[in-house]
Formats: sequence, C-alpha cells, structure tokens
Amino acid sequence: MESIAKEIRIKTLECIASIGQGHIGGSLSIVDVLTVLYFKHMHVDPKKPYMMGRDRLVVSKGHAGPAVYATLCQKGYIPYDELLTLNRIHTKLPSHCDMNKTPGIDMTTGSLGQGLSCAVGMALASKLAKDGAYIYCIVGDGESQEGQIWEASMYAAQKKLSNLIVFLDNNGMQIDDYTKNINSLIDPAKKWESFGFYVQEIIGNSTIEIDSAIQKAKAQKDKPSMIILDTIKGKGISFIETVGVSNHSMPITKEQLDKALEELK
Amino acid sequence: MEFRQAMTKTLAKLMQEDEKICILDADLSKPNGTKPLYEQFPNRCFDIGIAEANMIGIAAGLSAYGYKPVAFTFAPFATRRVCDQIAVSVAYAKQNVKIVGTDPGITAELNGGTHMSFEDIAVVRSFPNMIVYDAVDDIQVSQAMKEIMKIDGPAYIRMPRKKAQPVFDEDYKFNLFKADIVEEGTDVTIIASGVMVAEAKKALELLKQDGIRAELISANFIKPLDEKTILESIKKTKHVVTCENHSLIGGLYSAVCELVCKECPQKVVGIGVKNRFGQVGSYAELLKEYEMTPQDIYYAAKESLK
Repeated sequence: MESIAKEIRIKTLECIASIGQGHIGGSLSIVDVLTVLYFKHMHVDPKKPYMMGRDRLVVSKGHAGPAVYATLCQKGYIPYDELLTLNRIHTKLPSHCDMNKTPGIDMTTGSLGQGLSCAVGMALASKLAKDGAYIYCIVGDGESQEGQIWEASMYAAQKKLSNLIVFLDNNGMQIDDYTKNINSLIDPAKKWESFGFYVQEIIGNSTIEIDSAIQKAKAQKDKPSMIILDTIKGKGISFIETVGVSNHSMPITKEQLDKALEELK
Repeated sequence: MEFRQAMTKTLAKLMQEDEKICILDADLSKPNGTKPLYEQFPNRCFDIGIAEANMIGIAAGLSAYGYKPVAFTFAPFATRRVCDQIAVSVAYAKQNVKIVGTDPGITAELNGGTHMSFEDIAVVRSFPNMIVYDAVDDIQVSQAMKEIMKIDGPAYIRMPRKKAQPVFDEDYKFNLFKADIVEEGTDVTIIASGVMVAEAKKALELLKQDGIRAELISANFIKPLDEKTILESIKKTKHVVTCENHSLIGGLYSAVCELVCKECPQKVVGIGVKNRFGQVGSYAELLKEYEMTPQDIYYAAKESLK
C-alpha cells in the first residue's frame, strides 16, 4: 500500500508540474486515503466507470482533483499521457472534479460544502436501491466552515446512513492562514460525535490506520462514520511541507519536481 | 382546483408508474401540499428540514444515482437562497433535478417582502441547462408536470399554491416548450406568463370595447422561449406587450426583449415589477400596487399602439 501511495504522490506532482502550478498541498494530504480506498476498499471497475451498484467517492474538497486523477490513473481509468493535460483548454482533467469530464469521478465538486450533501443523497439512493454500496466523501477542515457541511451531517445521522463514510482532511490550513487563526473547528471529533456520527481520529497519512478505521466504520449498523484524518498539507515532500499555508496552490518548476521525485525514491 | 392539489395528484400518479421519482421538502410539505405523498410513498419522500442548500445537494446526489428528485419550497428559497447549489451541483453537473418554487411574486401575499420573489426567474434563467416554466392554471400544471418529468435534466417550475383562475378548459393540450395562443388577434401581441395570463385575458375584454383585437400568448416557458410563435405574432401585429408576476429585470420582459432586439427591433412595453421589493398585501391589492391589473395591461397595450 505504501508503495502505491508513493506512486500516486509522484503522479500527483507530475500532473501539477505539467502546467507548472496547482493545488499541491491539499492534494498530497489525501493521497493515502485515496490509495486505501481505491486499492483496498472500493468496489469499482476502471473498465466500467458507470457500473451500477459500485462504491462511490465524492471529493467535496474538489480542488484536490490532481490527487484524484493520479489515483484514477494508477487504477487504470486514465492513461498516463492524459494526466499531463491538467487545466489545458478542453482537458478532461480540470482543477476541480467534474463528473461529466472525467471517467471515475462520481460527483462534480469545487464550490465548497456542497459535496457532502450530494454524498448524503447518494447514500439515501443506495439504501433505496438496496445495492449494498458504500458512499465515501472527503471534506476539508477549512471547508467545514461552510454551513452546508453541518446541514448534511445532521441529516445523515437522522437517516442513520451507515453506508456513508466521511473523511475530514484535518490538515489545519486554509488559503489565508492556519484554520485555528481564521475560524477553528476546535474539536471536530466532539462536534461530529454530537451530530450523531461514529467518529474515529487517526494519523491521516498512515495507510494502515486508514484501512483499519474504514473496517471499523463498515461495521457500524445505524450511524454514519466520520474518520478524522490528521494529515500534513503537502505530505511527503519536505520543501512543500515547510512552505506551510502557502502550499495550498503553489508553483512547481521542473527542477523542484526532480528534487521532489528524488526525495520520494 | 388548487395548483398544489393538481401538482400532488399528478405526482402521485407519476410516482406509481415510475419508482425513480422522489419528493424532497424543506419543512414545507404541509403548505406545499406534498404531505399526502409521504403516506403513499414513505421510502421516496424526504423532508430534509429547514435546510434548502442541503435539500438541493441531496437531490443532486439522488439524481447522480439515477433517481428523479422533485424538490419543493417557496420560490425565493428555491432559487436565490440556493443559487450556487443549483448552479454547481445541479445545472453545471447536469443533474436531473426538478425544483418547484411555490408562491412566486405577489402570490406570496401575506408572507410579504422577505418571501416575495420577483427575481427567481432571473436567478435561474441565466444558468445553462436550466428550463424555466411559469404555471398558468391547475389544468395546465397537471399536464406540464407529466411532460417536464420526461426531460432528463434540470428544470425550475414556478407555481402558486392556491386556487387558480381558470384559463384553460378540459380540452386543453399542453405541448412541451410551446407557447399557447390563448386568443387570436391582429392589432397587438400580449405575451403573458403564469398568473398574469388570467389578468391579460381580462384586459382583452377592455381592449375589445375600444375595437382593439389583441392576440394573447401564454409563454409557458421563459426558457426556452417559444421564439417561433412569439415572432410570428409580433411580425403580424407589429406591437408587443409583456405581462409577468416578476421583476422586469431578468424575466419574461427581458427574454422577449432579447429576442426582439435580435430578430425585429422595436418597442416592447412591460407589465411587471419595476425594480422594487415585495410587501404584504392581498393578491388584488398587490396587483394594484405593482400596476399589474387588467386596467394597467389595457393602458400598456394602448401605449404600445401609439
């Protein structure tokens, strides 16, 4: 699993470097959860991206598109050459996830706060269809400043959506500053617990911990799950990690890419 | 019959035939008349609570899964409150979500300024992929809903809740994306939508007393506008008036002006709300307040003939 995550980190960086800049920090922070989802847990088939009854992922923090594309490429949805077309005019890979452009993307996201509601709708739909699918959703900690996240969380618990497993990318940063300096979640575990979720808080860049948390979440019978991923924004590349809040969207040169790939090896 | 009764009766029938149709409410299932559907189809009706943004997102998620959600709330909350949710999760994402905005414009009556949407059409009309329908009466809305539900894409249905002034009779046949020529005429074209079709019909009688034969067109769809029917009529009469229960900014008047500007530039006289907010009052009082009475339409037609 670790080696796949490494491959996906490389592809994420190559994807972003192909146009010289992009949402690096928040892409790298969720590579590990994407790896465990697509290579261990999700019932999906890259040859049939629209297969009925498949598990679905809504990346509500839609700006992490490059990490998702790298994962989809690693899984066989997207050819490698296509990965290097990020944000070029008429590309299938726009900066924010688009279900009508990219095979394997289950929901269009980017306007923060909306994706979790869509995931709740999918979880309700899956229960109606009785197809046994799991709906996964990744939300940002900064994104959780949006009120719609809490509207959706309330209703997910009200409807006992045990087939909904939500991840919080708790990397502590947003565009303007550290989240604690802007509008802090203070104690996200307590918040989602009080909203009626089964909550686990783990080291969010550990594939082993993520795997085990998903297994526990799947064992829930009448509660949606929140897995708080304590992550590092820009995880894996020291010069990106040390940039701090400015790594949300940053340039990356060919030399920096080479340096980063060297570090990952 | 009330609009809401006609709507619920139609949906009950459609839901029996199509198990993909779902109903969503935001704590207004009683006022909007959808409550009986919850007993008949308990699994497919969702009262999301007072959280309209969440309701639209959930509808988009249901649609992404192949369901056909119909989301109800008052017109201002169905549009301006959830503008970005409609733009991104529904229209841009090309989701099959039908949104019913009830009590548009002055039909909000005693709920007053906060609940009175004169801009709902303007908000949703500018989004690509959106269809905008303004219901005329109960007979029409029953037929229209059946047809609109066949469209695989988003639509905004604008409809009062209460009793309709009858415009169409039992022989009426609704055609998707078609305007109706309610009465033929030769002197001036009056294009009306929603409840204003009934008011314009009354104005026709006043005009007849002056020997003016107006052609009354019920636009039905503000988007897509039935350009063919409208242009044929304008080219025949050479004079045009629009009537809408909405602001003159962004609604029917704007849509007709955009068309006329392009195809046959000429003066268009608009009946509708002139850059003002709403307020409390009865339907009749508000019609007068915003200069939308049959008498006002009569004067507008005369002005267009000058």
